Amino acid sequence: MTLGPYASFIVMSYVAVATVVAALVTWVIADYRRQKARLRDLEAAGAVRRSGRSAAEVK
Amino acid sequence: MTALAALIRRDVSVALRVGGGALIGVLFFLTVVVLMPFAVGPDLALLKKLGPAILWLGALLASLLTLDRLFTADHDDGSLDLIVMSRTPLELACAAKALAHWLAAGLPLVAATPVLGLLLNLDGTATGAVALTLLAGTPALTFTGMIGAALAVVLRRGGLLLSVLVLPLSIPVLIFGVAASNAALSGPSPFGTPFSILCALSLASLVIGPFAAAASLRHGLD
Amino acid sequence: MTLIDLANPSRFLSLAGRILPWLVAVTVLVLAIGLYQSATAPDDYQQGATVKIMFIHVPNAWLSMFVWSVMSVAALGTLVWRHPLADVAAKTAAPIGAAFTFLALLTGSLWGRPMWGTYWEWDARLTSVLILFLMYLGLMALWRAVEDPSRAARAAAVLTLVGAINIPIIKFSVDWWNTLHQPASVIRMGGTTLDRAFLIPLLVMAVGFTLLFLTLHIAAMRNEILRRRVRTLQMLQASKSAA
Repeated sequence: MTLGPYASFIVMSYVAVATVVAALVTWVIADYRRQKARLRDLEAAGAVRRSGRSAAEVK
Repeated sequence: MTALAALIRRDVSVALRVGGGALIGVLFFLTVVVLMPFAVGPDLALLKKLGPAILWLGALLASLLTLDRLFTADHDDGSLDLIVMSRTPLELACAAKALAHWLAAGLPLVAATPVLGLLLNLDGTATGAVALTLLAGTPALTFTGMIGAALAVVLRRGGLLLSVLVLPLSIPVLIFGVAASNAALSGPSPFGTPFSILCALSLASLVIGPFAAAASLRHGLD
Repeated sequence: MTLIDLANPSRFLSLAGRILPWLVAVTVLVLAIGLYQSATAPDDYQQGATVKIMFIHVPNAWLSMFVWSVMSVAALGTLVWRHPLADVAAKTAAPIGAAFTFLALLTGSLWGRPMWGTYWEWDARLTSVLILFLMYLGLMALWRAVEDPSRAARAAAVLTLVGAINIPIIKFSVDWWNTLHQPASVIRMGGTTLDRAFLIPLLVMAVGFTLLFLTLHIAAMRNEILRRRVRTLQMLQASKSAA
């Protein structure tokens, strides 16, 4: 596979897409961990859901 | 029908009264157009070429800024709740309010265009064409802008957010308004085509605007 | 399981937890196949190797419109059926859609530099996508401007639907404006003249990116539901300590 005279543009666009997608994936995972941690903290502090079920449990 | 006529009469007289602010829109329009030569230089040939675009941008910004008050004043004094609760369909009431706003704030812009055309070195035909396109196009600006005004009163946020939401929606009106004016001035295409599309955009916004504004008021006010 | 069952957030969470690992696996697999195929695809006789940018540009451009349609369906869900998950779906789709639209612009501009000799050409397609990007940002600004999520959801739903009506009108206007201002001088890849050697990797990549969006969207919806649970618990606790 040779990329010709414009290799830098091709590589740059693939790298840009990879970077943004990686950022989205990281954001989603980090957000999930953060919300779970906050729910655990709240439950440890004695918060109870109106349904009485565990807050941090996702299932 | 009388309720709607009363609403229109009330809105127009409130807008033209001291503190109404409709005529400030014209003053703003004048100021923006006067600013332009300071930015691009007093080159009359260039100003003539840019004239329709400058006038259209000025009218767009002026109508956007006056729209901010379309629902907020009524919301502040409580009459908006009465309008929402009344037996008149909210869509029609919204259309009446927008019509009144256009009469008080849109028409003066069209009336001011010939004077401003003189400043930009536009000849009689060109000024007439710009005034005609503004007459056909400003209702579209008012009626699409009304959606933003309704959202602004529901969210209790105005100003910048309103502009950011409404401006992309007004791009088609700007494109065909300026294109029709330029066609009358010099352009390769005939005047009729873009002008008919501009009228079509106005008619479409006449339908979409009231429904969207009424929907956001109905779902948003509590 | 019907749509109405999903209205229960807990049930959505458990379903999302079961689906997500499979979705991630399928997405990675399809994207890997697509990347391999686009790497081995032949060069275009006219554009050379730069045609490879198409394999990521077109899926992103497709997603920029697909995500708005997803948000429009969610907006109908909010306004008409008052489906509780519709708010969540609409809110979480906006930033992901904005990201894909940004990528469509960026790759389009990087493709344009060798083809047109300039990073930005006021080309009809690029301009429409730019306006779409501005509308995504406006929508995100609206979501961020309001504290109460359900109030923001209804306002955003109205704006999303108005946008859905307006996007074709804007597209048509920009096309018209573009033909008025410049003759068609840019090199275009027509959809029908596309050779099979390019079409198959392109389709695989499009499917892969759509799967990627679905995965990210479901995961982000799960996060948003948890965020709202945190908010409710905090408010419950605050009212308890106040009482």
